[in-house]
Amino acid sequence: MKIRVRLFASARELAGFETRELELPADGTLEDVWRQLESVNPAFERWKESTRFAVNQEYVRGGLRLRDGDEVAVLPPVSGG
Amino acid sequence: MIRLQLTSIDIEEVLCSVSTPAAGAIDVFVGTTRNHADGKTVKALDYEAYEAMALKEMEKIEKEAGDRWKVENIAIVHRLGRVEVGASSVVIAVAAAHRQEAFDACRFIIDTLKERVPIWKREEFSDGSIEWSRHKHEQRNRQFHP
Repeated sequence: MKIRVRLFASARELAGFETRELELPADGTLEDVWRQLESVNPAFERWKESTRFAVNQEYVRGGLRLRDGDEVAVLPPVSGG
Repeated sequence: MIRLQLTSIDIEEVLCSVSTPAAGAIDVFVGTTRNHADGKTVKALDYEAYEAMALKEMEKIEKEAGDRWKVENIAIVHRLGRVEVGASSVVIAVAAAHRQEAFDACRFIIDTLKERVPIWKREEFSDGSIEWSRHKHEQRNRQFHP
């Protein structure tokens, strides 16, 4: 299946792109997305603890099974206000 | 009123948007851009958002505040793009029949906004360096270890 990943702020700079379509196994999860990001830039590894994810604009947990066409956002710690 | 905007925030307009004869108090919180961070002089700030989700989260916070406190109207306006030092980056206004509810709801809204609305701030220092704002209370990610 294919999902679209979107990266923001420092995560976007780490990856070198803002959005990309990723090919995942049929039972793919956020762990698979993260592995692909680490293969783009190994520096992602140390950001794992502080990064949050949203699927289709809702915060989610890591175990969630993704679905074809999902929009996965990679969100560094927010700093609005 | 929930809004993200690139232009400067008109505080009076935000205030008027919550004004109602049913209110006995309007509490307004204005977040402004500070001229220092990590011991360095900040020249300007740049805000970026995951806009669609940020608006959704702001709406959820508005609803949560309305469920928790007896308030009449709520406005949350956040600035995006480049913001000069001293300018308003966020304005929250809460109108309620009584001041305690207005104060409490307003505080909840700004505290929660800072925790979870997907907006990021980048600081441009006077020495020319640019850094994403560091987080004093960085939340541990429990997503991978629920």
